[in-house]
Amino acid sequence: MVQIIIKGFVETLEMTLISVLAAYVIGMPFGILLAVTGRGGIAENRAVSFIIGTIMNIARSIPFLILLVLLIPFTRLAVGTSLGTEATIVPLTVGTIPIVARMVEQSLHEVDPGVIEAAKSMGAGNFRIIWDVIIPEAGPSLLRGTSINTATVLGYSAMAGFVGGGGLGDIAIQYGYYRYETDILLLTVAILILIVQLIQGIGDHTAIKITH
Amino acid sequence: MSEDILFKLTHVTKVFGIGDKQVKAIDDVSLEIRKGEIFGIIGMSGAGKSTLVRTLNGLEKVSGGTVFFEGQSLNEMKGREIRKARQSMGMIFQGFNLMKQKDALRNVELPMKISGIGKKERRQRALEMIRTVGLEEKVKAYPSELSGGQKQRLAIARALTMRPKVLLCDEATSALDPKITLEILNLLQDINIRTGITIIIITHEMDVIEKICSRVAIIDNGKLSETGEVTQIFTNPQSLATKRLVFPSKETEMPFDMTDRRCLRIVFDGHSARETIICNLVEETGEKINILAANTKSVAGQGFGQMIIELPDRKEGGEKVLEYFRKHGVHAEEIREEE
Repeated sequence: MVQIIIKGFVETLEMTLISVLAAYVIGMPFGILLAVTGRGGIAENRAVSFIIGTIMNIARSIPFLILLVLLIPFTRLAVGTSLGTEATIVPLTVGTIPIVARMVEQSLHEVDPGVIEAAKSMGAGNFRIIWDVIIPEAGPSLLRGTSINTATVLGYSAMAGFVGGGGLGDIAIQYGYYRYETDILLLTVAILILIVQLIQGIGDHTAIKITH
Repeated sequence: MSEDILFKLTHVTKVFGIGDKQVKAIDDVSLEIRKGEIFGIIGMSGAGKSTLVRTLNGLEKVSGGTVFFEGQSLNEMKGREIRKARQSMGMIFQGFNLMKQKDALRNVELPMKISGIGKKERRQRALEMIRTVGLEEKVKAYPSELSGGQKQRLAIARALTMRPKVLLCDEATSALDPKITLEILNLLQDINIRTGITIIIITHEMDVIEKICSRVAIIDNGKLSETGEVTQIFTNPQSLATKRLVFPSKETEMPFDMTDRRCLRIVFDGHSARETIICNLVEETGEKINILAANTKSVAGQGFGQMIIELPDRKEGGEKVLEYFRKHGVHAEEIREEE
């Protein structure tokens, strides 16, 4: 049993971390685009902002469990199976992209417009302003966003247990729910709580440390 | 165009908003700023002076008219050219606008990073600039660990690191207390003398203009109401907007109710300040006057005294006093309540 739980723990971490990473790689550029093309942004563009914003809103509105099912054909195409850890990473990533995009947009919006104006007055182009000014200034806020997103993805990954997604969620469903083994159910929940606490703790601590 | 003109503005207009909600922030402003001078632009808040300074480096596009920088029209410059031009213009702000997540050294390095200067040279020049503004002990400090005056010094170091031709100061001392303001102004003046850089100062405080500017433009409601030598403007203000700025404000400096009194503002320049002008006045005219307020100050490096006096009640007495000042070449002007 211990081995099963350890295996579940590793799978959960694997799913969560890979999905978060992938979601940031894809979602962050959208977040940056939303921030710079939005009202008052350095490259204000209503059309681009509206189109990306709408796509992100639609994607965010779909309940994760539905997305999980809707994406089955795409998941099969991408990783060859619709079961297990690898298969769960696909919908987890897709579901997290819009959340990441909005979170990044929010963090970048918090950057003091005065600093951006100063960079413009130095002759910086938009790419420079984003890379050398906006992102570093938003650093602590971006990091806080990342720990919140990671905790959210962890919750989603547990949900994926319902459709055979592997990880601690799967164990909680298989043993705790279907076989009425309440102690296992509680144990997995306790481990999930611990992981969330850990992620949030590390995130907050680092954010405080790098904030000046 | 003359060689010694850095900026030339011809009929510059800036309109914000569209349709019925249009607001003219700048209304037909023409002026010239010479190389090497400290030029002041003063006006009440909302007069359009911050918008005006932003047309100089193209942060605001003009709606009409032309801004020439060293004879070249900013209007016709493409994105890349205008960014290049901005690299030869430094700018400092009321809110300092430093990067909070970067230490002093990295803040000063930013303009050089933007213009693609290598890391080694960047570091060396940044350290040099930080020394120039007297912050060598704060190289590793973050803006949150600096006082207001230190933050502005750092911003000045950052603005000068590209060795620009002009330094634009947008209300740079407005967030600082009078003592620190003086320190910053002295630093700016020092840099102007040492490097010959042109400095353009935007402010709503006449004290700042009097302290270091040689010439000044007064902006009122988006319009240029007066421009000229600071000493000239101080002794003989022409427009209502200028008088408001030059005269001591009634609320803060006048503990008296001036209604129903005939009051006069007299300005002594460096020469007449040495003579016993008031004493002679009483002897010569036999009229008694009441001194309501008096001060002396240095305007553009020259000593000036100003005094608010109350004229005798009788009309002919007042005329006699006015005549006396005219005869002795002292600038005297009646303060009217409706102003």
